Amino acid sequence: MLVTEQERLRDDIASWAQDIGSDRSALIPILQEIQGKYGHISDFAMQIVADKLGIHPVEVYSVVSFYSFLEFKPAGRFVIRLCRTIACDMLGKDKVATQLENDLGIEFGETTPDGKFTLEWANCMGMCDQGPALLVNDRVFTRVTPDKVTQILEACRKAFGIYALGSIGEGHL
Amino acid sequence: MSDINQLDDKTRAPVSQRPHRIEAGGEGIGANITVTIDGQDVKVPMGTTILEAAEKIGIRIPTLCHHKDLCVAGVCRICSVQVDGMRTLQAACAYPISQPMKIHTHTKKVRQARRHILDLMLSNHYGECYTCGRNGNCELQSLAQEYGVDFFRFGKMEEPIFEIDRSSHSVIRDMNKCIMCRRCVRTCIDLQEVGCLEAIGRGDETEIGTFMDKPLADVICINCGQCINRCPTGALRANDPTDDVWRAIDDPKKHVVIQTAPAPRAAIGECFGLEPGVPMTFEMNTALRMAGFDKVFDTNFTADLTIIEEGTELLLRLKQALVDKKGPVFLPQFTSCSPGWIKYIEHFYPDMLDNLSSAKSPQQMFGAVIKTYYAQLHNIDPKDIVTVALMPCSAKKFECNRPEMMDSGFKDVDYGLTTRELAKMLKEAGIDLPRMAKSDFDDPFGTATGSGVIFGATGGVMEAALRTVIELVVGIKVENLFDHANIMPVRGFEGIKYVELTIPDVGPVPDILKGLFDSWDFLKGVTVKVAVVHGTGNAKKVLDNIKAGGKFAECHFIEFMACPGGCLGGGGQPIPTTPEIRAARAKAIYAEDEAYEIRKSHENPAVLELYTKFLTEGPCGHKSHKLLHTHYTPRGKYIA
Repeated sequence: MLVTEQERLRDDIASWAQDIGSDRSALIPILQEIQGKYGHISDFAMQIVADKLGIHPVEVYSVVSFYSFLEFKPAGRFVIRLCRTIACDMLGKDKVATQLENDLGIEFGETTPDGKFTLEWANCMGMCDQGPALLVNDRVFTRVTPDKVTQILEACRKAFGIYALGSIGEGHL
Repeated sequence: MSDINQLDDKTRAPVSQRPHRIEAGGEGIGANITVTIDGQDVKVPMGTTILEAAEKIGIRIPTLCHHKDLCVAGVCRICSVQVDGMRTLQAACAYPISQPMKIHTHTKKVRQARRHILDLMLSNHYGECYTCGRNGNCELQSLAQEYGVDFFRFGKMEEPIFEIDRSSHSVIRDMNKCIMCRRCVRTCIDLQEVGCLEAIGRGDETEIGTFMDKPLADVICINCGQCINRCPTGALRANDPTDDVWRAIDDPKKHVVIQTAPAPRAAIGECFGLEPGVPMTFEMNTALRMAGFDKVFDTNFTADLTIIEEGTELLLRLKQALVDKKGPVFLPQFTSCSPGWIKYIEHFYPDMLDNLSSAKSPQQMFGAVIKTYYAQLHNIDPKDIVTVALMPCSAKKFECNRPEMMDSGFKDVDYGLTTRELAKMLKEAGIDLPRMAKSDFDDPFGTATGSGVIFGATGGVMEAALRTVIELVVGIKVENLFDHANIMPVRGFEGIKYVELTIPDVGPVPDILKGLFDSWDFLKGVTVKVAVVHGTGNAKKVLDNIKAGGKFAECHFIEFMACPGGCLGGGGQPIPTTPEIRAARAKAIYAEDEAYEIRKSHENPAVLELYTKFLTEGPCGHKSHKLLHTHYTPRGKYIA
């Protein structure tokens, strides 16, 4: 990691700690901010956070390793999480999964070589009545079909950011 | 004093210091509650746990994750009990009594649940008891026996899942044997404030791990071994060099010398079925010779040497501060005997390393003296000498492997042996320690003093240093100031102790220090402020206080010990450890001090002889700097 990047991370964490607080209870909100801005929480970031909050780095690592939505390894720019629980399963999540795997050329738990997509399983996200459901970063897509997978991925490939996905319109919240 | 001893985070206070308890006889409504346990009534203060209430009337409830030094966890559920009117079983260690209730500790439901929990733990526990270091002293094993586990109901592990982490010189982690009780986590984070171990992952994938799952040698472990002492199984153990020691003993060309520290002798009896607090000093000497060691020396000799060197260093720093008034003066001076504490400060407060006394620990001083002075005296080639150190400590294993500890031209101390490992060696040699005849230590370091012995307890180094410094400076017998030379204010198990002593008058400079000081006038009327700290959790509070310019910044001398209770609670001592056991060991150590004829370091004739024959430039002279002093490595707490 470049020093300038470390400095930026340090400054960011300092300002979040100022806004959110600098005791143990501020840990998860700060980690979410880091995750949101940097896409992952590096070991360096964990140690800075620990220092700021007066706790031990291993405690931060413990928390990061507990939550699926906090990553300590860099993930793809678009993290696609497909719901694997029973309602989505009955509504055809397998077809969607196969389509995702074929389209991206990776399996679940992997990241594409260009670093654009990461494919992961998720457990229930409360969209049981509109399954199969998947998440692209923090945007939900419901009633996903293999066709729609192609559309979503196409939009992602063209997009510079998650906001370009708005063009798909229907289905997101 | 009380303010700094207070815990900041009350939710993680040790069981004995739990804050929400209302003391018996309190005025609050319902302050005392009567509960019925297995038909017996017991009246307890509100907030007492079911476990404590049961203990009070002699009813045993099995525990695994519960430990008296640590906060409540309630994770293993082995202490489940049935409470009338409640649908589910309750964890006795974590259930605070708040209303009258009827509790049953061994109904069918409870027994089945406990057996079930054990079966599940065993299904996840890889390792044969025969090959385990904790065979015979394992809490899981004894519970399995108690609850009649006679087959593996849920199967057993056929292959290990985890690689054994042997990276550290001191602590070996075998997570295949871990039962997730999190005692080590609570020890490392709450008790010692080191923060090396935590639960990593979620659900059935949880494991106890280090930061980014790095090997223990690459993280900020201080090697104190407190986690070993509290591990209920063999998942954590010390790095055992007994095979190497036997090899050296069996080699006729090698001259194997053992030095024994004061704390192990107060505790080793526990490994042979004795009550805690029965000293085995002189029996152990016979036993060690029988086991094949060529010479048995007392580490107290270099403990006395440490006091002279460290005391002189302190007086020099005081002189620099009060008379010369030039250059930076690093006060308070910190003791440097505890290798766990040294590694702690190297990691967490590297900017304060200058405050550490440069004197080596007694173990390393002895190693250097044996391979130089002793080798010369007896005409033995130092390369044929193997020095073994019997220590209550796992960090000593790391210390003797430090690259800078080669001042004699050889590895000063070859092997660090813990109390537990020596007990194992003696058993292997068929020696029943308590039945041994008594015998003395070998010359030329045979004579020890009471000051050396008390190094084993928290406050001991301070007491020894004060006895010497007072006599050397004030010129009157310390017995005139303190009854029997027992400096009571620095004794006891309070986490942080603070004492002030005023030097009323000064005497002449004694011969041994004539080269360094002209007179003691600069110390006249000075109030010497000292503190005694044990456990690195307490050390953190004091160091933060010093950084903030608080009361402890004005201290002159502070004793730090990494382990709670000092060396007698060290990571190499017999398992288990509780506050009561540590108190019993301390009693044995202070009793031994009283029994010595010479009780002050500077009166040790062997030490004085060393200064006249070998270290001729006196304390803190050139030669002693080369052999008896060291330097420290700023490590920092960032893990790359």
